Amino acid sequence: MEAILETKDLSIAFGGHVAVDSVSVQISEKKFTSIIGPNGAGKTTLFNLLSGQLSPTKGSVYFKGQDITKLRTTERTRIGIGRSFQITNVFPNLTVLENVRLAVQSQAKVRYQMIAHFLHYKRFEQKAHELLERVYLNDKANSLAVNLAHGEKRKLEIAMLLALETELLLLDEPTAGMSLEEVPAIIEVIKEIKRQGDRTIVLIEHKMDMIMDMSDEVLVLFHGELIAQGTPEEIVENETVQSAYLGGSYHEQLT
Amino acid sequence: MNIRSVEKSTWIFIIFSLLLFIVPFIVTGRSMQFIIIQIFIFAIFAMSYDILLGYTGIISFGHVMFFGIGAYSTAIIMNNMDATVLSFFVAILVAVIIASIVSFIVGALTLRLKSHFYAMLTLALAGLFLVAAEKWRSLTGGNDGFTFRLPEILRESHNLYMLCLIALILFFFGLRRFTKSPFGRVLMAIRENEARTESLGYKVLHYKVIASVVAGVVASIAGVLYALSLRFVNTGVFATDLTIDVLLMTIIGGVGTLVGPILGAGLVEFAHHWLSGLSNVHWIFERWIILYGTVYVLVVIFFPLGIVGTIQSKFTNRTVKGLRDNRKTVGK
Ligand SMILES: Nc1ncnc2c1ncn2[C@@H]1O[C@H](COP(=O)(O)OP(=O)(O)OP(=O)(O)O)[C@@H](O)[C@H]1O
Ligand SMILES: [Mg+2]
Repeated sequence: MEAILETKDLSIAFGGHVAVDSVSVQISEKKFTSIIGPNGAGKTTLFNLLSGQLSPTKGSVYFKGQDITKLRTTERTRIGIGRSFQITNVFPNLTVLENVRLAVQSQAKVRYQMIAHFLHYKRFEQKAHELLERVYLNDKANSLAVNLAHGEKRKLEIAMLLALETELLLLDEPTAGMSLEEVPAIIEVIKEIKRQGDRTIVLIEHKMDMIMDMSDEVLVLFHGELIAQGTPEEIVENETVQSAYLGGSYHEQLT
Repeated sequence: MNIRSVEKSTWIFIIFSLLLFIVPFIVTGRSMQFIIIQIFIFAIFAMSYDILLGYTGIISFGHVMFFGIGAYSTAIIMNNMDATVLSFFVAILVAVIIASIVSFIVGALTLRLKSHFYAMLTLALAGLFLVAAEKWRSLTGGNDGFTFRLPEILRESHNLYMLCLIALILFFFGLRRFTKSPFGRVLMAIRENEARTESLGYKVLHYKVIASVVAGVVASIAGVLYALSLRFVNTGVFATDLTIDVLLMTIIGGVGTLVGPILGAGLVEFAHHWLSGLSNVHWIFERWIILYGTVYVLVVIFFPLGIVGTIQSKFTNRTVKGLRDNRKTVGK
Protein backbone atom coordinates (compact mmCIF):
# COMPACT_ATOMS: atom_id res chain seq x y z
CA MET A 1 0.00 0.00 0.00
CA GLU A 2 1.33 3.39 -1.02
CA ALA A 3 1.50 5.94 1.78
CA ILE A 4 0.63 9.43 0.54
CA LEU A 5 1.32 11.03 3.89
CA GLU A 6 3.73 9.97 6.55
CA THR A 7 4.80 11.39 9.88
CA LYS A 8 7.94 10.41 11.74
CA ASP A 9 8.18 10.97 15.47
CA LEU A 10 5.99 14.05 15.10
CA SER A 11 5.68 16.07 18.31
CA ILE A 12 4.65 19.50 19.45
CA ALA A 13 4.68 20.98 22.92
CA PHE A 14 2.91 24.14 24.07
CA GLY A 15 4.98 25.26 27.01
CA GLY A 16 5.30 22.08 29.00
CA HIS A 17 2.19 20.46 27.59
CA VAL A 18 2.91 17.92 24.86
CA ALA A 19 -0.17 18.09 22.62
CA VAL A 20 1.11 15.65 19.99
CA ASP A 21 3.60 13.13 21.25
CA SER A 22 5.91 11.21 18.89
CA VAL A 23 3.29 10.25 16.37
CA SER A 24 4.61 8.09 13.55
CA VAL A 25 1.95 7.07 11.11
CA GLN A 26 1.35 6.32 7.45
CA ILE A 27 -1.81 7.40 5.69
CA SER A 28 -2.57 5.15 2.73
CA GLU A 29 -3.30 6.70 -0.61
CA LYS A 30 -6.93 6.80 -1.78
CA LYS A 31 -8.13 5.35 1.51
CA PHE A 32 -10.45 6.71 4.12
CA THR A 33 -8.74 7.18 7.47
CA SER A 34 -10.47 8.39 10.59
CA ILE A 35 -8.95 9.85 13.70
CA ILE A 36 -10.75 9.49 16.99
CA GLY A 37 -9.87 10.45 20.52
CA PRO A 38 -11.42 12.28 23.45
CA ASN A 39 -11.58 16.08 23.62
CA GLY A 40 -8.15 17.59 23.90
CA ALA A 41 -6.43 14.45 22.62
CA GLY A 42 -4.51 16.49 20.05
CA LYS A 43 -6.45 15.64 16.90
CA THR A 44 -6.81 19.19 15.65
CA THR A 45 -3.24 19.93 16.63
CA LEU A 46 -2.10 16.97 14.53
CA PHE A 47 -4.03 18.41 11.56
CA ASN A 48 -2.37 21.77 12.16
CA LEU A 49 0.99 20.04 11.90
CA LEU A 50 -0.01 18.24 8.71
CA SER A 51 -1.39 21.31 6.95
CA GLY A 52 1.30 23.68 8.18
CA GLN A 53 -0.55 25.95 10.60
CA LEU A 54 1.93 24.84 13.25
CA SER A 55 5.48 23.62 12.97
CA PRO A 56 6.55 20.69 15.12
CA THR A 57 9.01 20.87 17.96
CA LYS A 58 10.30 17.47 16.83
CA GLY A 59 9.86 15.03 13.96
CA SER A 60 8.89 15.42 10.34
CA VAL A 61 6.08 15.15 7.82
CA TYR A 62 6.36 13.58 4.36
CA PHE A 63 3.93 14.00 1.50
CA LYS A 64 4.44 11.56 -1.38
CA GLY A 65 7.91 10.90 -0.07
CA GLN A 66 8.88 14.58 -0.01
CA ASP A 67 9.85 16.13 3.32
CA ILE A 68 7.37 18.97 3.79
CA THR A 69 8.08 19.78 7.43
CA LYS A 70 9.47 23.19 6.49
CA LEU A 71 6.84 24.12 3.91
CA ARG A 72 4.31 26.84 4.62
CA THR A 73 0.54 26.39 4.47
CA THR A 74 0.37 28.01 1.04
CA GLU A 75 2.81 25.55 -0.49
CA ARG A 76 1.22 22.57 1.18
CA THR A 77 -2.12 23.53 -0.28
CA ARG A 78 -0.57 23.92 -3.70
CA ILE A 79 1.01 20.47 -3.64
CA GLY A 80 -2.29 18.90 -2.68
CA ILE A 81 -3.06 19.05 1.01
CA GLY A 82 -6.43 20.64 1.66
CA ARG A 83 -8.23 20.94 4.95
CA SER A 84 -11.38 22.15 6.57
CA PHE A 85 -11.39 23.73 9.98
CA GLN A 86 -13.17 22.64 13.13
CA ILE A 87 -13.61 26.24 14.19
CA THR A 88 -15.15 27.87 11.17
CA ASN A 89 -12.54 29.78 9.27
CA VAL A 90 -14.06 31.72 6.38
CA PHE A 91 -14.10 35.29 5.03
CA PRO A 92 -16.82 36.91 7.15
CA ASN A 93 -17.66 40.05 5.15
CA LEU A 94 -17.58 38.44 1.72
CA THR A 95 -20.52 36.66 0.19
CA VAL A 96 -20.80 32.91 0.42
CA LEU A 97 -20.32 32.72 -3.32
CA GLU A 98 -17.18 34.85 -3.14
CA ASN A 99 -15.76 32.65 -0.38
CA VAL A 100 -16.00 29.62 -2.63
CA ARG A 101 -15.03 31.53 -5.76
CA LEU A 102 -11.75 32.53 -4.13
CA ALA A 103 -10.97 28.87 -3.55
CA VAL A 104 -11.92 28.02 -7.14
CA GLN A 105 -9.73 30.87 -8.41
CA SER A 106 -6.78 29.55 -6.42
CA GLN A 107 -7.32 26.08 -7.77
CA ALA A 108 -7.31 27.50 -11.32
CA LYS A 109 -4.00 29.22 -10.48
CA VAL A 110 -5.33 32.66 -11.40
CA ARG A 111 -3.32 34.49 -8.81
CA TYR A 112 -1.87 37.75 -10.06
CA GLN A 113 -4.36 38.80 -12.70
CA MET A 114 -4.90 42.52 -12.01
CA ILE A 115 -6.69 43.89 -15.03
CA ALA A 116 -9.50 41.57 -16.03
CA HIS A 117 -12.73 42.11 -14.21
CA PHE A 118 -13.35 39.19 -11.92
CA LEU A 119 -16.73 38.55 -13.47
CA HIS A 120 -15.00 37.70 -16.72
CA TYR A 121 -14.11 34.52 -14.95
CA LYS A 122 -17.70 33.38 -15.23
CA ARG A 123 -16.69 29.77 -15.06
CA PHE A 124 -15.25 30.28 -11.57
CA GLU A 125 -18.59 31.55 -10.43
CA GLN A 126 -20.40 28.78 -12.14
CA LYS A 127 -18.18 26.24 -10.47
CA ALA A 128 -18.66 27.93 -7.12
CA HIS A 129 -22.42 27.67 -7.60
CA GLU A 130 -22.09 23.97 -8.42
CA LEU A 131 -20.11 23.37 -5.25
CA LEU A 132 -22.62 25.28 -3.16
CA GLU A 133 -25.34 23.20 -4.77
CA ARG A 134 -23.52 20.09 -3.66
CA VAL A 135 -23.49 21.10 -0.01
CA TYR A 136 -27.07 22.46 -0.19
CA LEU A 137 -26.06 26.06 0.37
CA ASN A 138 -26.77 27.64 -2.99
CA ASP A 139 -29.84 29.50 -1.74
CA LYS A 140 -27.47 31.45 0.52
CA ALA A 141 -24.97 32.25 -2.24
CA ASN A 142 -25.44 36.00 -1.93
CA SER A 143 -25.52 36.26 1.86
CA LEU A 144 -22.46 37.40 3.71
CA ALA A 145 -20.66 34.53 5.36
CA VAL A 146 -20.89 36.28 8.72
CA ASN A 147 -24.67 36.04 8.59
CA LEU A 148 -24.81 32.28 8.11
CA ALA A 149 -26.05 29.94 10.81
CA HIS A 150 -23.41 27.74 12.35
CA GLY A 151 -24.32 24.63 10.39
CA GLU A 152 -24.30 26.61 7.17
CA LYS A 153 -20.80 27.86 7.88
CA ARG A 154 -19.72 24.24 8.24
CA LYS A 155 -21.13 23.53 4.80
CA LEU A 156 -19.32 26.53 3.41
CA GLU A 157 -16.06 25.18 4.85
CA ILE A 158 -16.63 21.93 3.00
CA ALA A 159 -17.48 23.67 -0.28
CA MET A 160 -14.25 25.69 -0.03
CA LEU A 161 -12.25 22.56 0.64
CA LEU A 162 -13.83 20.73 -2.28
CA ALA A 163 -13.12 23.69 -4.55
CA LEU A 164 -9.39 23.26 -4.01
CA GLU A 165 -9.59 19.75 -5.51
CA THR A 166 -6.65 18.58 -3.47
CA GLU A 167 -5.57 14.95 -3.50
CA LEU A 168 -5.62 14.84 0.26
CA LEU A 169 -8.61 16.08 2.22
CA LEU A 170 -8.28 16.69 5.93
CA LEU A 171 -11.74 17.09 7.47
CA ASP A 172 -11.91 18.31 11.05
CA GLU A 173 -15.32 17.39 12.49
CA PRO A 174 -17.22 18.56 9.41
CA THR A 175 -20.62 17.90 10.94
CA ALA A 176 -19.99 19.27 14.43
CA GLY A 177 -22.61 21.78 15.46
CA MET A 178 -24.91 21.02 12.55
CA SER A 179 -28.53 20.36 13.23
CA LEU A 180 -29.45 16.67 13.12
CA GLU A 181 -31.43 17.00 9.88
CA GLU A 182 -28.45 18.51 8.11
CA VAL A 183 -25.91 15.84 9.03
CA PRO A 184 -27.01 13.05 6.64
CA ALA A 185 -26.69 15.34 3.63
CA ILE A 186 -23.12 16.22 4.52
CA ILE A 187 -22.25 12.59 5.21
CA GLU A 188 -23.63 11.85 1.78
CA VAL A 189 -21.29 14.47 0.27
CA ILE A 190 -18.32 12.85 1.98
CA LYS A 191 -19.41 9.36 0.91
CA GLU A 192 -19.74 10.59 -2.64
CA ILE A 193 -16.12 11.75 -2.63
CA LYS A 194 -15.11 8.40 -1.19
CA ARG A 195 -17.04 6.58 -3.91
CA GLN A 196 -15.22 8.51 -6.63
CA GLY A 197 -12.15 6.83 -5.18
CA ASP A 198 -9.51 9.26 -6.37
CA ARG A 199 -8.93 11.12 -3.13
CA THR A 200 -7.35 10.36 0.19
CA ILE A 201 -9.59 11.42 3.06
CA VAL A 202 -8.65 11.87 6.68
CA LEU A 203 -11.57 12.57 8.97
CA ILE A 204 -11.69 13.64 12.59
CA GLU A 205 -15.04 12.70 14.08
CA HIS A 206 -16.80 11.91 17.32
CA LYS A 207 -19.81 10.27 15.67
CA MET A 208 -18.89 6.60 15.89
CA ASP A 209 -21.54 5.31 13.50
CA MET A 210 -20.13 7.57 10.81
CA ILE A 211 -16.63 6.25 11.40
CA MET A 212 -17.57 2.59 11.56
CA ASP A 213 -19.47 2.92 8.35
CA MET A 214 -16.94 4.74 6.19
CA SER A 215 -13.42 4.15 7.44
CA ASP A 216 -10.85 1.84 5.95
CA GLU A 217 -8.60 2.60 8.85
CA VAL A 218 -8.97 4.22 12.26
CA LEU A 219 -6.31 5.98 14.32
CA VAL A 220 -6.81 6.52 18.02
CA LEU A 221 -5.15 9.47 19.72
CA PHE A 222 -5.00 9.73 23.46
CA HIS A 223 -3.13 12.44 25.35
CA GLY A 224 -1.28 13.25 22.16
CA GLU A 225 -0.11 9.70 21.61
CA LEU A 226 -1.16 7.32 18.89
CA ILE A 227 -2.37 4.38 20.95
CA ALA A 228 -3.93 2.26 18.24
CA GLN A 229 -4.32 1.89 14.50
CA GLY A 230 -6.39 -0.60 12.54
CA THR A 231 -9.65 -1.38 10.79
CA PRO A 232 -12.81 -0.23 12.59
CA GLU A 233 -13.43 -3.79 13.74
CA GLU A 234 -9.92 -4.13 15.13
CA ILE A 235 -10.27 -0.84 16.98
CA VAL A 236 -13.50 -1.94 18.61
CA GLU A 237 -11.81 -5.12 19.76
CA ASN A 238 -8.61 -3.40 20.84
CA GLU A 239 -8.18 -3.63 24.59
CA THR A 240 -5.93 -0.61 25.05
CA VAL A 241 -8.48 1.50 23.24
CA GLN A 242 -11.32 0.08 25.27
CA SER A 243 -9.70 0.73 28.58
CA ALA A 244 -8.18 4.07 27.68
CA TYR A 245 -10.93 5.65 25.73
CA LEU A 246 -13.88 3.58 24.72
CA GLY A 247 -14.47 2.32 28.21
CA GLY A 248 -16.78 5.20 28.93
CA SER A 249 -19.87 6.36 27.20
CA TYR A 250 -18.41 5.79 23.76
CA HIS A 251 -18.71 2.06 24.16
CA GLU A 252 -22.45 2.10 23.89
CA GLN A 253 -22.26 4.09 20.69
CA LEU A 254 -19.88 1.53 19.26
CA THR A 255 -22.08 -1.49 19.61
CA MET B 1 -16.22 45.60 -24.37
CA ASN B 2 -19.89 44.90 -24.60
CA ILE B 3 -21.86 48.01 -23.61
CA ARG B 4 -24.49 45.99 -21.80
CA SER B 5 -21.95 44.29 -19.59
CA VAL B 6 -21.02 47.66 -18.05
CA GLU B 7 -22.36 47.93 -14.52
CA LYS B 8 -24.98 50.52 -13.71
CA SER B 9 -22.76 52.17 -11.11
CA THR B 10 -20.12 52.72 -13.80
CA TRP B 11 -22.56 54.87 -15.78
CA ILE B 12 -23.31 56.93 -12.70
CA PHE B 13 -19.61 57.54 -12.13
CA ILE B 14 -19.10 58.46 -15.79
CA ILE B 15 -21.90 61.01 -15.59
CA PHE B 16 -20.42 62.52 -12.43
CA SER B 17 -17.01 62.69 -14.05
CA LEU B 18 -18.44 64.55 -17.03
CA LEU B 19 -20.24 67.00 -14.77
CA LEU B 20 -16.97 67.79 -13.04
CA PHE B 21 -15.56 68.93 -16.38
CA ILE B 22 -18.21 71.65 -16.52
CA VAL B 23 -17.58 72.92 -12.99
CA PRO B 24 -14.63 75.26 -13.78
CA PHE B 25 -16.83 77.10 -16.29
CA ILE B 26 -19.37 77.77 -13.54
CA VAL B 27 -17.03 78.18 -10.58
CA THR B 28 -14.58 80.68 -12.00
CA GLY B 29 -13.19 82.06 -8.75
CA ARG B 30 -9.55 81.11 -8.52
CA SER B 31 -9.58 80.40 -4.81
CA MET B 32 -12.60 78.11 -5.11
CA GLN B 33 -11.01 76.37 -8.07
CA PHE B 34 -7.91 75.95 -5.97
CA ILE B 35 -9.91 74.24 -3.21
CA ILE B 36 -11.49 71.87 -5.69
CA ILE B 37 -8.07 71.07 -7.12
CA GLN B 38 -6.86 70.27 -3.61
CA ILE B 39 -9.85 67.99 -3.17
CA PHE B 40 -8.98 66.10 -6.36
CA ILE B 41 -5.41 65.70 -5.21
CA PHE B 42 -6.32 64.49 -1.76
CA ALA B 43 -8.98 62.25 -3.23
CA ILE B 44 -6.24 60.48 -5.20
CA PHE B 45 -4.11 60.28 -2.08
CA ALA B 46 -7.02 58.95 -0.01
CA MET B 47 -7.92 56.35 -2.64
CA SER B 48 -4.37 55.07 -2.52
CA TYR B 49 -4.70 54.79 1.25
CA ASP B 50 -7.97 52.92 0.81
CA ILE B 51 -6.16 50.26 -1.20
CA LEU B 52 -4.07 49.58 1.90
CA LEU B 53 -6.57 50.09 4.68
CA GLY B 54 -9.90 49.37 3.10
CA TYR B 55 -9.05 46.60 0.68
CA THR B 56 -6.03 44.83 2.11
CA GLY B 57 -6.51 45.67 5.79
CA ILE B 58 -2.99 47.07 6.13
CA ILE B 59 -2.73 49.91 8.66
CA SER B 60 0.03 52.33 7.74
CA PHE B 61 0.83 55.52 9.62
CA GLY B 62 3.54 56.51 7.21
CA HIS B 63 1.73 56.64 3.91
CA VAL B 64 2.61 60.33 3.65
CA MET B 65 6.18 59.38 2.76
CA PHE B 66 5.10 58.51 -0.79
CA PHE B 67 3.15 61.73 -1.11
CA GLY B 68 6.25 63.60 0.02
CA ILE B 69 8.45 61.67 -2.39
CA GLY B 70 6.20 62.76 -5.24
CA ALA B 71 6.14 66.38 -4.11
CA TYR B 72 9.90 66.67 -3.60
CA SER B 73 10.75 64.83 -6.82
CA THR B 74 8.67 67.34 -8.74
CA ALA B 75 9.97 70.40 -6.92
CA ILE B 76 13.61 69.38 -7.14
CA ILE B 77 13.45 68.44 -10.80
CA MET B 78 11.52 71.53 -11.84
CA ASN B 79 13.99 73.59 -9.87
CA ASN B 80 17.04 72.06 -11.50
CA MET B 81 15.78 71.62 -15.03
CA ASP B 82 14.15 74.03 -17.46
CA ALA B 83 10.56 74.87 -16.65
CA THR B 84 9.11 72.79 -19.48
CA VAL B 85 6.41 70.20 -19.83
CA LEU B 86 9.12 67.68 -20.60
CA SER B 87 10.72 68.26 -17.19
CA PHE B 88 7.32 67.70 -15.65
CA PHE B 89 7.11 64.29 -17.30
CA VAL B 90 10.60 63.53 -16.04
CA ALA B 91 9.40 64.53 -12.56
CA ILE B 92 6.47 62.13 -12.76
CA LEU B 93 8.74 59.36 -13.94
CA VAL B 94 11.26 59.95 -11.17
CA ALA B 95 8.51 60.15 -8.53
CA VAL B 96 7.02 56.88 -9.70
CA ILE B 97 10.38 55.11 -9.81
CA ILE B 98 11.47 56.26 -6.35
CA ALA B 99 8.05 55.59 -4.84
CA SER B 100 7.92 52.09 -6.26
CA ILE B 101 11.40 51.24 -5.06
CA VAL B 102 10.75 52.61 -1.57
CA SER B 103 7.30 51.04 -1.25
CA PHE B 104 8.70 47.73 -2.44
CA ILE B 105 11.50 47.78 0.09
CA VAL B 106 9.28 48.95 2.93
CA GLY B 107 6.68 46.34 2.03
CA ALA B 108 9.08 43.45 1.56
CA LEU B 109 10.97 44.18 4.75
CA THR B 110 8.14 45.03 7.07
CA LEU B 111 4.90 43.48 5.88
CA ARG B 112 5.90 40.21 7.51
CA LEU B 113 5.41 41.97 10.82
CA LYS B 114 2.23 41.92 12.82
CA SER B 115 -0.01 44.81 11.88
CA HIS B 116 0.66 47.08 14.86
CA PHE B 117 4.43 46.72 14.45
CA TYR B 118 4.05 47.50 10.79
CA ALA B 119 2.03 50.61 11.61
CA MET B 120 4.70 51.82 14.02
CA LEU B 121 7.52 51.11 11.61
CA THR B 122 5.91 53.04 8.79
CA LEU B 123 5.45 55.95 11.18
CA ALA B 124 9.16 55.85 11.97
CA LEU B 125 10.14 55.59 8.31
CA ALA B 126 8.03 58.58 7.35
CA GLY B 127 9.74 60.42 10.19
CA LEU B 128 13.07 59.50 8.64
CA PHE B 129 12.07 61.09 5.35
CA LEU B 130 10.95 64.19 7.21
CA VAL B 131 14.32 64.48 8.92
CA ALA B 132 16.14 63.89 5.64
CA ALA B 133 14.15 66.67 4.00
CA GLU B 134 15.03 68.99 6.87
CA LYS B 135 18.73 68.18 6.91
CA TRP B 136 19.59 67.84 3.25
CA ARG B 137 19.44 71.59 2.86
CA SER B 138 21.38 71.88 -0.38
CA LEU B 139 18.68 69.89 -2.15
CA THR B 140 15.54 70.66 -0.17
CA GLY B 141 16.11 74.08 1.32
CA GLY B 142 15.44 72.65 4.77
CA ASN B 143 12.32 73.49 6.75
CA ASP B 144 11.41 76.56 4.74
CA GLY B 145 11.31 74.71 1.48
CA PHE B 146 11.50 76.54 -1.82
CA THR B 147 9.39 77.75 -4.71
CA PHE B 148 9.99 76.66 -8.26
CA ARG B 149 9.01 77.70 -11.74
CA LEU B 150 6.52 75.95 -13.97
CA PRO B 151 5.88 76.17 -17.69
CA GLU B 152 3.12 78.61 -18.62
CA ILE B 153 0.65 75.91 -19.50
CA LEU B 154 0.82 74.31 -16.04
CA ARG B 155 0.45 77.59 -14.20
CA GLU B 156 -2.99 78.24 -15.57
CA SER B 157 -5.59 77.37 -12.92
CA HIS B 158 -7.99 76.03 -15.53
CA ASN B 159 -5.42 73.66 -17.00
CA LEU B 160 -4.35 72.51 -13.58
CA TYR B 161 -7.97 71.77 -12.76
CA MET B 162 -8.34 69.65 -15.88
CA LEU B 163 -5.06 67.85 -15.27
CA CYS B 164 -6.00 66.93 -11.70
CA LEU B 165 -9.52 65.94 -12.68
CA ILE B 166 -8.27 63.68 -15.44
CA ALA B 167 -5.76 62.12 -13.06
CA LEU B 168 -8.52 61.54 -10.51
CA ILE B 169 -10.81 59.94 -13.08
CA LEU B 170 -8.08 57.71 -14.48
CA PHE B 171 -7.00 56.56 -11.04
CA PHE B 172 -10.56 56.07 -9.87
CA PHE B 173 -11.53 53.83 -12.77
CA GLY B 174 -8.12 52.19 -12.82
CA LEU B 175 -8.16 51.34 -9.13
CA ARG B 176 -11.78 50.31 -9.32
CA ARG B 177 -10.91 47.80 -12.02
CA PHE B 178 -7.90 46.73 -9.97
CA THR B 179 -10.02 46.05 -6.87
CA LYS B 180 -12.53 44.08 -8.90
CA SER B 181 -9.88 42.00 -10.60
CA PRO B 182 -9.06 38.48 -9.40
CA PHE B 183 -6.00 39.99 -7.73
CA GLY B 184 -8.07 42.63 -5.95
CA ARG B 185 -10.46 39.97 -4.71
CA VAL B 186 -7.57 38.21 -3.02
CA LEU B 187 -6.63 41.49 -1.31
CA MET B 188 -10.10 41.58 0.21
CA ALA B 189 -9.72 37.99 1.30
CA ILE B 190 -6.50 38.96 3.08
CA ARG B 191 -8.33 41.79 4.84
CA GLU B 192 -11.00 39.37 5.96
CA ASN B 193 -8.84 36.47 7.06
CA GLU B 194 -5.16 36.37 6.32
CA ALA B 195 -4.45 32.86 7.58
CA ARG B 196 -7.30 31.43 5.58
CA THR B 197 -6.12 33.16 2.43
CA GLU B 198 -2.78 31.46 2.91
CA SER B 199 -4.34 28.09 3.38
CA LEU B 200 -6.24 28.55 0.12
CA GLY B 201 -2.84 28.62 -1.57
CA TYR B 202 -2.23 32.36 -2.01
CA LYS B 203 1.13 33.83 -1.05
CA VAL B 204 -0.13 36.60 1.16
CA LEU B 205 3.15 38.51 1.38
CA HIS B 206 3.32 38.93 -2.42
CA TYR B 207 -0.14 40.44 -2.44
CA LYS B 208 0.60 42.81 0.40
CA VAL B 209 3.82 44.00 -1.21
CA ILE B 210 2.14 44.58 -4.56
CA ALA B 211 -0.73 46.44 -2.84
CA SER B 212 1.84 48.54 -1.02
CA VAL B 213 3.62 49.39 -4.29
CA VAL B 214 0.38 50.30 -6.05
CA ALA B 215 -0.70 52.48 -3.12
CA GLY B 216 2.76 54.05 -2.90
CA VAL B 217 2.91 54.93 -6.59
CA VAL B 218 -0.57 56.42 -6.65
CA ALA B 219 0.19 58.45 -3.52
CA SER B 220 3.37 59.76 -5.14
CA ILE B 221 1.37 61.02 -8.12
CA ALA B 222 -0.91 62.85 -5.68
CA GLY B 223 2.26 64.38 -4.25
CA VAL B 224 3.42 65.42 -7.72
CA LEU B 225 0.14 67.21 -8.35
CA TYR B 226 0.22 68.76 -4.90
CA ALA B 227 3.62 70.36 -5.48
CA LEU B 228 2.43 71.44 -8.90
CA SER B 229 -0.65 73.14 -7.48
CA LEU B 230 1.38 75.09 -4.91
CA ARG B 231 4.51 75.72 -7.02
CA PHE B 232 6.19 75.31 -3.68
CA VAL B 233 7.34 72.51 -1.43
CA ASN B 234 8.40 72.26 2.20
CA THR B 235 8.78 69.54 4.80
CA GLY B 236 5.05 69.75 5.50
CA VAL B 237 4.54 67.17 2.71
CA PHE B 238 6.14 64.56 4.99
CA ALA B 239 4.20 65.56 8.10
CA THR B 240 2.16 63.01 9.99
CA ASP B 241 -0.77 65.46 9.94
CA LEU B 242 -1.28 64.56 6.33
CA THR B 243 -1.44 60.85 7.10
CA ILE B 244 -4.04 61.66 9.73
CA ASP B 245 -5.98 63.80 7.24
CA VAL B 246 -6.00 61.03 4.71
CA LEU B 247 -6.94 58.45 7.34
CA LEU B 248 -9.88 60.62 8.33
CA MET B 249 -10.95 61.13 4.72
CA THR B 250 -10.90 57.40 4.11
CA ILE B 251 -12.77 56.53 7.29
CA ILE B 252 -15.42 59.26 7.03
CA GLY B 253 -16.09 58.42 3.40
CA GLY B 254 -16.08 54.69 3.97
CA VAL B 255 -13.19 52.26 3.89
CA GLY B 256 -13.02 49.79 1.06
CA THR B 257 -15.30 51.76 -1.25
CA LEU B 258 -12.96 54.04 -3.30
CA VAL B 259 -15.78 56.56 -3.79
CA GLY B 260 -15.87 57.08 -0.04
CA PRO B 261 -12.34 58.52 0.18
CA ILE B 262 -13.18 60.95 -2.65
CA LEU B 263 -16.21 62.13 -0.73
CA GLY B 264 -14.18 62.22 2.47
CA ALA B 265 -11.51 64.34 0.76
CA GLY B 266 -14.21 66.79 -0.28
CA LEU B 267 -15.66 67.03 3.22
CA VAL B 268 -12.36 67.37 5.02
CA GLU B 269 -10.99 69.95 2.59
CA PHE B 270 -14.13 72.08 2.76
CA ALA B 271 -14.15 71.75 6.53
CA HIS B 272 -10.55 72.97 6.59
CA HIS B 273 -11.53 75.93 4.48
CA TRP B 274 -14.66 76.94 6.33
CA LEU B 275 -13.34 76.31 9.79
CA SER B 276 -10.22 78.39 9.25
CA GLY B 277 -12.60 81.18 8.22
CA LEU B 278 -14.15 80.88 11.66
CA SER B 279 -10.87 81.20 13.51
CA ASN B 280 -11.61 84.74 14.60
CA VAL B 281 -14.95 83.59 16.03
CA HIS B 282 -13.39 81.17 18.46
CA TRP B 283 -9.86 79.87 18.91
CA ILE B 284 -11.03 76.26 18.84
CA PHE B 285 -11.49 76.48 15.07
CA GLU B 286 -7.77 76.90 14.71
CA ARG B 287 -7.08 73.71 16.59
CA TRP B 288 -7.78 71.17 13.92
CA ILE B 289 -6.54 68.29 15.83
CA ILE B 290 -9.14 68.66 18.60
CA LEU B 291 -12.00 68.81 16.13
CA TYR B 292 -10.51 66.01 14.11
CA GLY B 293 -10.11 63.81 17.11
CA THR B 294 -13.73 64.37 18.02
CA VAL B 295 -15.07 63.72 14.54
CA TYR B 296 -12.85 60.68 14.21
CA VAL B 297 -14.11 59.14 17.45
CA LEU B 298 -17.74 59.87 16.58
CA VAL B 299 -17.41 58.36 13.11
CA VAL B 300 -15.69 55.23 14.35
CA ILE B 301 -18.35 54.73 17.02
CA PHE B 302 -21.48 55.60 15.06
CA PHE B 303 -20.55 55.07 11.41
CA PRO B 304 -17.76 52.52 11.32
CA LEU B 305 -18.58 51.92 7.66
CA GLY B 306 -18.35 55.59 6.74
CA ILE B 307 -20.80 57.47 4.53
CA VAL B 308 -20.59 55.34 1.43
CA GLY B 309 -20.25 52.13 3.41
CA THR B 310 -23.38 52.91 5.42
CA ILE B 311 -25.35 53.63 2.27
CA GLN B 312 -24.09 50.46 0.63
CA SER B 313 -25.03 48.38 3.63
CA LYS B 314 -28.60 49.56 3.21
CA PHE B 315 -28.61 47.97 -0.20
CA THR B 316 -26.73 44.81 0.59
CA ASN B 317 -26.89 43.02 3.89
CA ARG B 318 -23.37 43.96 4.83
CA THR B 319 -23.48 44.26 8.60
CA VAL B 320 -21.75 46.60 10.96
CA LYS B 321 -21.41 43.75 13.38
CA GLY B 322 -19.37 41.78 10.92
CA LEU B 323 -16.94 44.59 10.33
CA ARG B 324 -16.49 45.13 14.03
CA ASP B 325 -15.79 41.45 14.63
CA ASN B 326 -13.29 41.59 11.87
CA ARG B 327 -11.60 44.68 13.26
CA LYS B 328 -10.88 42.82 16.44
CA THR B 329 -9.04 40.09 14.60
CA VAL B 330 -6.91 42.55 12.65
CA GLY B 331 -4.53 43.05 15.53
CA LYS B 332 -3.98 39.36 16.20
N1 LIG C 1 -2.06 27.00 20.03
C1 LIG C 1 -2.12 26.33 21.20
N2 LIG C 1 -1.48 26.82 22.30
C2 LIG C 1 -1.52 26.16 23.47
N3 LIG C 1 -2.16 25.00 23.66
C3 LIG C 1 -2.82 24.46 22.61
C4 LIG C 1 -2.83 25.09 21.34
N4 LIG C 1 -3.55 24.33 20.48
C5 LIG C 1 -3.97 23.29 21.20
N5 LIG C 1 -3.55 23.33 22.47
C6 LIG C 1 -3.77 22.33 23.51
O1 LIG C 1 -3.44 21.08 22.97
C7 LIG C 1 -4.35 20.09 23.39
C8 LIG C 1 -4.94 19.38 22.20
O2 LIG C 1 -5.88 20.23 21.57
P1 LIG C 1 -6.63 19.85 20.22
O3 LIG C 1 -7.42 21.02 19.83
O4 LIG C 1 -5.66 19.30 19.28
O5 LIG C 1 -7.60 18.69 20.72
P2 LIG C 1 -8.68 17.88 19.88
O6 LIG C 1 -8.29 16.46 19.95
O7 LIG C 1 -8.84 18.46 18.54
O8 LIG C 1 -9.97 18.11 20.76
P3 LIG C 1 -11.49 18.31 20.31
O9 LIG C 1 -12.08 16.95 20.16
O10 LIG C 1 -12.10 19.03 21.47
O11 LIG C 1 -11.49 19.12 19.07
C9 LIG C 1 -5.37 20.78 24.27
O12 LIG C 1 -5.02 20.58 25.61
C10 LIG C 1 -5.23 22.23 23.90
O13 LIG C 1 -5.53 23.05 25.00
MG1 LIG D 1 -10.29 19.42 17.54
